[in-house]
This record gives sequence, structure tokens and C-alpha cells, in this order.
Amino acid sequence: MSYARYVLVWLVLLALTAVTVTMASLDLGRVSIVAVLAIAAVKSTLVLLLFMHLLFEKRLLLKLLVPIAIAALAIFIGLTYTDILFR
Amino acid sequence: MESPEHSTGARIGMWLFLLSEILLFGGLFLLYATYRWKHPGDFHAASQELSRLDGTLNTAILLTSSLTMALSIFTLSRERSARSTRRASLFLGATILMGCAFLVVKGFEWAAKFRHGLYPSSPVLLARPPGEILYFGLYFAMTGLHALHVIVGLCVLSTMLALLLRGSVGPERVAPVENAGLYWHLVDIIWIFLFPLFYLIS
Repeated sequence: MSYARYVLVWLVLLALTAVTVTMASLDLGRVSIVAVLAIAAVKSTLVLLLFMHLLFEKRLLLKLLVPIAIAALAIFIGLTYTDILFR
Repeated sequence: MESPEHSTGARIGMWLFLLSEILLFGGLFLLYATYRWKHPGDFHAASQELSRLDGTLNTAILLTSSLTMALSIFTLSRERSARSTRRASLFLGATILMGCAFLVVKGFEWAAKFRHGLYPSSPVLLARPPGEILYFGLYFAMTGLHALHVIVGLCVLSTMLALLLRGSVGPERVAPVENAGLYWHLVDIIWIFLFPLFYLIS
């Protein structure tokens, strides 16, 4: 990384924020929910990989921690929704 | 001088803590998703009342504070000189100021809600449909818990700044600043999700 790279990541993050805000004001209905959450996921991935240096992490344990957290959440949310949807 | 093993251990401990934080907020996000599923109309109506401008402004502030945080650590780990320590403390100071700015905006936002009689269990709120009561309950609980995290983050960062200026952390001992930075970035990530869920999705 370099100063310029960090600033570039920040600019991308701000641009993505501008995109979500504009998209939300266009009122695209169902599409916008998915798109807005997808952009949030991209933004947090950028922060995790580049600002929190997970991209440069050499320890397998640390590389795996975030995917483990996401998998755990996916199980919680998935199982809860099987209840909500088919009740 | 710290050993690489020591700093790796500290990092693993920090990430384990962050994992528990992700699950804590994850549970609240699940609660939000469930109630939203049950009351889509009420959630839509209530979300229109939030100030999108305040939310966007706070997003920009937190993202920028994440940048200065990352730059502070980058400066410290790149070169060992008094100049790099000074520059790192300037970046850290800027991060702290932006964290305070976030809280000020949040304070104005909450104050505006209170003026309209909207606060947990207020008579005005309880007269509303059940979905809107749930929405504002989640709004105050989740942004409140997040703001609490910002306050804790500010305390940690201020401690780091004091240690940096005293010389007990610095280019020779970056791990504590790195871990404080990890915490700050996580608080930023949580806001990255809170912002669209409460202010944008309708």
C-alpha cells in the first residue's frame, strides 16, 4: 500500500456511497434493496481487505475468522428465515 | 521492540473480539430483517422520517476517519523517525475529531427526533402503528449501540494518541495502535450496514 492507494480506496468508498444514495432516491423498489445491500457488502469488503489489511494477512487463522463469522451469521439468518417463511 | 509472535497474538485476540462484535450486531440485524418482513409498510413510512442528509454526512465522516486511521498506522509502520511519529499523531488526532463530529451530527439527529416526541415508549410513538414502534425501537437501539461503540473507540484512540505523544507506542511498537485501528474500522463497517438499512431502503 501507499498513501495514494489509501486515498484511492477512500475515494471509491465515497463514490459507492454516492451511488447508493442516488439509487435510493430513484425508488427502484425491490431491486434497490438488493443493490443497496450489495454495495454495502462491497464497501465493507474494501475496508476489511485494504484498511484492516486482511489482504496482506499471512496467518490462515486470521484469514478465516471473517468468513467464519459470515458463515455463522448465514446459518442464524437462514434457519430463522426457514421459520418465518414457512410458519 | 516487540517480537513478531507477540504482535500476532495481540492481533488474533483483537480479531476474536471483533468476531463477537460482528455476531452481536448480526443478531440485531436479524431482528431488523424479521420485523421488516412482518411490517414492510410501517418500516417504509417510518424510514421516510429520518434525515437522509444527516445519514449521508455521517457516512462520509466515518469513511474519512477510517482513511486517516489507516494512514496513521501506515505512517508509523513505514519509517522510524520522529517526523513519522508526529505525522501519525496528526492523522490520529484527525480521526478523533471526525469521530466527535459523527457524534455531534448524531446528537442533532436524535434531538430533532426527541423534539417531535419520538423516543422509546413516548406517547407520540406508542400511538403509532406497531411496525413504526418497532422501527424506531430498533433505530434507537442499533444506532445507540453503535454510537456507544464510537464513544468507546474515541476513548481508545485518545489513549493511543497520549501513548504516541509520550513515546510508549510508536514505530517500534505499532501493535496497540493497529488493534485500536481494527476496532475503529469495524465500527465503520457496522455503520456501512446501518446507514442503508435505516436511511435508504424504503
